[in-house]
Amino acid sequence: MRHHNHQLTEDGKLKHFLSIEGLNKNLLTEILDLAESFTSLADQGRSVKKVPLLRGKTITNLFFENSTRTRTTFELAAKRLSADVLNLNISTSATSKGESLLDTLRNLEAMHCDMFVVRHASSGAAHFIASHCAPHISVVNAGDGSHSHPTQAMLDMLTIRQHKEDFTPLRVAIVGDILHSRVARSQILALNTLGVSEVRVIAPRTLLPYDARSMGVHVFTDLHEGIRDVDVIIMLRLQKERMTGALLPSEHEYFNLYGLTEDKLHLAKPDVIVMHPGPINRGVEMDSAVADGEHSVILEQVSNGIAIRMAVMSMCLGSRQESQRKEETA
Amino acid sequence: MSDSIPSVSIINGRLVDPANQVDDMLDLHISQGHILATGDKPAGFEPDKVIDASGKIVCPGLIDLSVRLREPGLESKGTIATETRAAAHAGITTLITLPDTSPVTDSPAVMELIRRRAKQSGHARVLCLGALTKNLDGKELSEMAALQNAGCVAVTNAGRPLGNTLIERRALEYASTFGIKVFIKPEDRHLRNKGCVNEGIISSRLGLPGYPEAAETVAVARDVALAEATGAYIHFQCISAAKSVNQINRACHDGIQLSVDVAAHQLHLTEMDADDFNTGCHVDPPLRTLRDRDALREAVASGSIQAICSDHQPHEPDAKDHPFPDSATGISALETLLPLTLKLVDEKVLDLPTAIARLTIGPATIANLPFGRLDNGRSADVCVFDPDAFWQLEADKMISQGKNSPFVNWEFHGKVTQTLFEGRITYDSDA
Repeated sequence: MRHHNHQLTEDGKLKHFLSIEGLNKNLLTEILDLAESFTSLADQGRSVKKVPLLRGKTITNLFFENSTRTRTTFELAAKRLSADVLNLNISTSATSKGESLLDTLRNLEAMHCDMFVVRHASSGAAHFIASHCAPHISVVNAGDGSHSHPTQAMLDMLTIRQHKEDFTPLRVAIVGDILHSRVARSQILALNTLGVSEVRVIAPRTLLPYDARSMGVHVFTDLHEGIRDVDVIIMLRLQKERMTGALLPSEHEYFNLYGLTEDKLHLAKPDVIVMHPGPINRGVEMDSAVADGEHSVILEQVSNGIAIRMAVMSMCLGSRQESQRKEETA
Repeated sequence: MSDSIPSVSIINGRLVDPANQVDDMLDLHISQGHILATGDKPAGFEPDKVIDASGKIVCPGLIDLSVRLREPGLESKGTIATETRAAAHAGITTLITLPDTSPVTDSPAVMELIRRRAKQSGHARVLCLGALTKNLDGKELSEMAALQNAGCVAVTNAGRPLGNTLIERRALEYASTFGIKVFIKPEDRHLRNKGCVNEGIISSRLGLPGYPEAAETVAVARDVALAEATGAYIHFQCISAAKSVNQINRACHDGIQLSVDVAAHQLHLTEMDADDFNTGCHVDPPLRTLRDRDALREAVASGSIQAICSDHQPHEPDAKDHPFPDSATGISALETLLPLTLKLVDEKVLDLPTAIARLTIGPATIANLPFGRLDNGRSADVCVFDPDAFWQLEADKMISQGKNSPFVNWEFHGKVTQTLFEGRITYDSDA
């Protein structure tokens, strides 16, 4: 049964969160609604922002690739749900001693965790872990290679919804290194599932995947044409190692052609919002004036990141508690 | 020794021997390890054993141009004893091994070791491809004349990169000095980069590094030009892209000496099968598009591709238990070589004699071997199979030490019932 989506329980609840692919609009909306309720919790200015939903649960952050921001928001999200958190940076420990990913996994399972939050440099690593770990463990993908980064995509969707309410009339442009971007792949899937009217990708051909149209987007190589009349502009981060060499000649030329400036922003809708998954390379992907300007919603994205991760974690572990209860009563 | 080989008659079968344009109800008589006669029993011949092949096909033992037996050096994946036994169960009597063993097969000593082990096991004939360069490093030429004297079939760099085109030119010139063929798995390593699936809609969707078709076609163009310039004979192994075949066809038409084989899995699977990060389908070169698969099938039918090989690469289970890009490439494929080829007959891509030709006289001609045919006096390498037997491939019933096959649970039509190697019965399903 290849097309059985192993992210879902038999009754269609979220068991793992590996990719947006195969999740329907109702489920994505449920994630957004639950996250929204968590953001209001934070807004009430309560001194203790914790809820006891995951008390007694242990969540392990398994980061095979360095990340401070994503790991911190996952940690914060877990703590606000009252879970215990274990942080493991594997890149510096086990695998450098020649231990295989599967061995590392077996060792961690023996520590009785309930959830792995996984980041790994290889596409498909989260799927691999989900299909090999003990059945009581949930896996949340915090980024695998160039494949998927679904919590980032969902926090972007939450940010868009907070500003635009309805997804259906929206035109969204994603600008930058689409080829290597797990964020873009997840955003494209989420935007199309939520039913926006158009997703555009804008990049030079060296940063576009093969037959990008097959991913359900309109392809532009010219920023001016691509952002005309859009409601949302998502700028992607350009990795330092990709700025020079055979993919791009220089930061300077990239900024001239694809960098977002206030001038160019006038081509978009007057109420356009500008997003960026961070951290920004100012003067490469966008001007400081745009990053800090009135259209920018970049800081909201960061706080929404915690709410989305709380939502996903509680849904994954909640579906298990539910099925456990069912088993006990049966 | 040969006196002790029992004589055999295989009777009532349909004898298919494409090299001799034979496809008829004919008996086959074997004595002293050689074919004695086809058709009527020679006067005075009384076989020690009679195999009743009613309803079965009798054909030359299969010849596989590309296998890894993993010995010496990688015995955790397979040994000459285990893999040749799997070959006998699969009707294969001649195996041509790649030199990427450990140590590399770049000296007569390693070839001698392999020859002895194969002789001990006695299940099949094992012939070596020698290394084109020392230690397959792509820098210095191997002692090809010595390898030839020790009996290597041809030389190859086993898919490892050559330092540059000048080294390739000189290696081709040196090999052709002695009339040694050069086997090449064409790949431009720069264009390939870290590619692990076909660059196409699957690589775009899954974010897996793409292995573009051009990484193969650019290499084919380069190799063809050098074959023409040097007069060397190149055999292309395990082609994956339809456009490569077109290029090679054109070059052959221009009078350049070339030949081509394809791995059986390329005729059945496509990039879509690697979807869902299925590491069983992580192969090198990668599975391509449906269009490529269909064009490769056509080329096998027309004879533009002269041989189908298994590209057998057994692995221990751990080797595939990694995220897709980090998992080992290759399929444990001996036991599916004939079944997958017969599937092409079921699907009306090939007629039966052509299917058998691509597994017998086709590879024999490429490798200059006197096998793969059943005329009188030839070595009695014979495969008998029941074309109507239905069966399902199960991992734990595979004979190979490697159980890494994406064809596990596939249903096949056609099963080997007896294999004879040099006149000895090396497999008998009734025994």
